[in-house]
Amino acid sequence: MSQPSDNRLRFKLYKEMLRIRIVEETIAGYYGEQEMRCPVHLSIGQEAAEAGACAALEQRDYVLSGHRSHGHYLAKGGNLKAMMAEIYGKATGCAGGKGGSMHLVDLDAGFLGAAPIVGSTIPIAAGVAFAAQMRNEDRVVMVFLGDGATETGVFFESINFASLKNLPIVFLVENNFYSVYSPMNVRQKGDHRIVDIARAHGMEAHQADGNDLECVHQLCTQAVTKARGGGGPSLLELITYRWREHCGPGYDNDIGYRTEAEFLSWKERDPVAAYERKLIANGVGTQPEIDRIAKDLKLEVEEAVSFAKQSPWPDLDTLSTQVYAN
Amino acid sequence: MDRQLKFSEAILEATDQAMGRDPSVYIVGLGVPDPKGIFGTTLGLMKKYGAARVQDMPLSENAMTGVALGSALVGMRPIITHQRVDFALVAMEQMVNQAAKWHYMFGGKAKVPMVVRMIIGRGWGQGPQHSQSLQAWFAHVPGLKVVMPTTAHDAKGLLAAAIEDNNPVIFIEHRWLHNISDTVPEEYYTVPLGKARTMCEGSDVTIVGTSYMALESLRAAKLLGEAGISAEVIDLRTIRPWDVETVLTSVRKTGRLVVADTAGVAFGVSAEIVATVLEHEFASVKAAPIRIGLPDHPCPTSPALANSYYPRAGRIVLEVRRMMGKEPITDALPLTSDQKLDIPDASFTGPF
Repeated sequence: MSQPSDNRLRFKLYKEMLRIRIVEETIAGYYGEQEMRCPVHLSIGQEAAEAGACAALEQRDYVLSGHRSHGHYLAKGGNLKAMMAEIYGKATGCAGGKGGSMHLVDLDAGFLGAAPIVGSTIPIAAGVAFAAQMRNEDRVVMVFLGDGATETGVFFESINFASLKNLPIVFLVENNFYSVYSPMNVRQKGDHRIVDIARAHGMEAHQADGNDLECVHQLCTQAVTKARGGGGPSLLELITYRWREHCGPGYDNDIGYRTEAEFLSWKERDPVAAYERKLIANGVGTQPEIDRIAKDLKLEVEEAVSFAKQSPWPDLDTLSTQVYAN
Repeated sequence: MDRQLKFSEAILEATDQAMGRDPSVYIVGLGVPDPKGIFGTTLGLMKKYGAARVQDMPLSENAMTGVALGSALVGMRPIITHQRVDFALVAMEQMVNQAAKWHYMFGGKAKVPMVVRMIIGRGWGQGPQHSQSLQAWFAHVPGLKVVMPTTAHDAKGLLAAAIEDNNPVIFIEHRWLHNISDTVPEEYYTVPLGKARTMCEGSDVTIVGTSYMALESLRAAKLLGEAGISAEVIDLRTIRPWDVETVLTSVRKTGRLVVADTAGVAFGVSAEIVATVLEHEFASVKAAPIRIGLPDHPCPTSPALANSYYPRAGRIVLEVRRMMGKEPITDALPLTSDQKLDIPDASFTGPF
């Protein structure tokens, strides 16, 4: 497997991944203050899949996502302050406080939206790709979904339609083994079911280690390049693991649906730490450089939190507006 | 100037003209390009506009509604068709959770200009799953608009307006209206959403009708007129937003309200209209309002049963007379011996 072509890209990918980690850890840190009054689904542990995938896209390309969308929004270039303000329910939030953590949007960045009804944004993303194809636009769509979403009817329907129409879309499945607390073995039969579904519909599909940043980036670049060239859709299943509880800032390894040992085995495979070691070992970066990046990112994120906290609440006049578009 | 067109032809003409005017308009639905062309409403479009803008689709109503939504987000104006309301129900998730919410939940950043056409079946054994009239379901959801044209003129103008609208519009056609003709201008025009139409003026009672029941209301008004009762008939045309002011103004004049809806009475559009009128004009009302609609059970298939399922003009006449303290009459709408009640007229020979 060839490596990303230059060290600048390696650093960019690493920084993006680390930034997601720091944002999510910061949210977890502040959540206890009870000022972020909406559910949050943190993606700590899954950053390589998110950063690696979005880095394969151009700004004009589109991304849609589901409930665990912070990393996708950030990696696609979504405005951090607007996201933080949205989670705090403020007027300056990306949806003016009407959406919260589960409904991030940044049109300038090509992040068209996220919605937490599992599976629902899959056909919507296919529709965005359908429009790009009808208008002969040079745009690729990437939709993020989880393993649970591959059990929905619209997943099958969308895979069929995308394959039928040869749409410029990448279905990016982050398989973290759990749909809330329900493990794979009560939901799906077999280890390669997800890629097999895509293949059965005539779609190219690959399963890969979602914690291997360079592997993710390379695979996604291939899929995006193929879609852009008229080669049609792909499905990529990236195996990864969510560290924190399904919803909220804490850990839930003690409640009985998974074990602490399982979590620790995945923590050993921390994508951020692994890539950091790799950068240093290969002489791409030094520890002080990496520490400085982390420090700068923490400052940026703290600044976003301050911005969110200091921002005004949405005006009550907006409560009943924007129900219908003019 | 006085060209007659069938309702179905008016739908086709509105679609054709909208597609001709705006390259972002496209139509997709099961059977759209097939030889029957959705009861004639899509015939010839494929030949004129090509397969890219006139599409058949996999039998995936929910995903295809999402596809329409997604394309609308980036500037297309899709029309998606369902040959029955019942078939559209598997797409409720995309219509209610998604299409209706995207503008609001993203703080106004997303727009979903799309039209979802669906058809209410009736008669010829349509039965429990080909006949439902569920406008109240959609009207209950903020973010959706719901349109039910009655005349060919309005079918054309309201469909054009629905396509121009920047919101998801549920466009419900009654199968028994498709073959009814009236004067339809050849040029492109719109009929504004949210405006009712007074079909005939009267002073004793206001009858608000939806879709096909507006025609039954008009027939009832004629019969009532012959008996000296002056009925004003309002064709609601749009269910959401509905024209509250036109209805209130009429009830202020007549003091009596009957609502005839194509759907079930319980929890329905008729309940909403009656409640709103009583909230605003209680003092003007001289008699308890009456709701006329379907009974509280599914539609049976056998004509022997289904003939008693649907209220007709005679029932409206009966209820109005009762409301006005007149003698009940049993022959309000005499039937000829060979009249079939499971078809709109003799031209309809089934099966769909």
